[in-house]
Amino acid sequence: MKCSEFLNELTSYLDGVLDEKTKAELENHLSWCHNCYVVCDTTKKTIEIYRDSQLYELPEDLRSRLRSAIMTKCQQQKKRGPQSV
Amino acid sequence: MSDELALVQAAKRGDDSAFEELVRRYDRNVFRIAQHITQNREDAEDVVQEAFLKAYGNLSRFQEQSKFYTWLVRIAVNEALMKLRRRKPERTVSLDEDIKTEEDSMPREIADWSPNPEQQYTQAELREILSKTIQGLPPGFRTVFVLRDVEGLSTEETAAALELSVPAVKSRLLRARLQLRDRLGRYFQRREPGNGRGEGTTSGGTRTEETRNEARKGGKILGVDTDVASGDGHQ
Repeated sequence: MKCSEFLNELTSYLDGVLDEKTKAELENHLSWCHNCYVVCDTTKKTIEIYRDSQLYELPEDLRSRLRSAIMTKCQQQKKRGPQSV
Repeated sequence: MSDELALVQAAKRGDDSAFEELVRRYDRNVFRIAQHITQNREDAEDVVQEAFLKAYGNLSRFQEQSKFYTWLVRIAVNEALMKLRRRKPERTVSLDEDIKTEEDSMPREIADWSPNPEQQYTQAELREILSKTIQGLPPGFRTVFVLRDVEGLSTEETAAALELSVPAVKSRLLRARLQLRDRLGRYFQRREPGNGRGEGTTSGGTRTEETRNEARKGGKILGVDTDVASGDGHQ
């Protein structure tokens, strides 16, 4: 397996959806290619850091205000009757 | 029948408290997705309201063959892209951007990262780094990354929500992941020992400060737009 082939399979490998044969070939490549090992490892960390980052959490006070505005508008819409939105 | 489907059917029969429960269940996800796409807090708030209102108004048309959440995400993504187009009319905003050549996803930097690199920064600094870094991706790439890797939708659900093919989602996801990795590298790279700023050459506290300073030199993370955040993609 060449480095470019490894890269093409990287996403499927990280998602755990590769068939056994391709996975074994990829892991063999990782065992001797340090650059691909580093790319694989740091890409995995990138995903984990974003997943755990709690970027853009909705604060509770804003959350209740938004929900209440949504429900008020929904009820107004219902009173107006069915329409194409 | 799933709990979600029971709520949807009750909401269709006119039970507003069931719809409110769906809002409670998904408002945080819709807000995160909207803010990732629009990169603007007020726009994201508008998108949350508009997406739920549209879902409410069109509930009778929801076919129940897909998940309500996937359907809602599709509405929210469309609303968010409309906001982005209005805000940046000079730039084409589309999920159907051309896939560039293979070279654009070839990693430029292969240097390894420090162990637990995120711990070199305070929470606020880290959030700013992550936010600015993802802003530098084209909308079509960051949307796929957010749905798949932050919100945890499957490839098929992401494809359905964005009306893209499964291979298109996979291709964008790979490029998004590699570009983010490449850009984060400047903040998280392992410093070489022996050059006065490296691992093991100073105490932990000093190293942390020096590493931060180094990263600021490279990207000026605090308060100033950087080359990380500018531009539409990885050249």
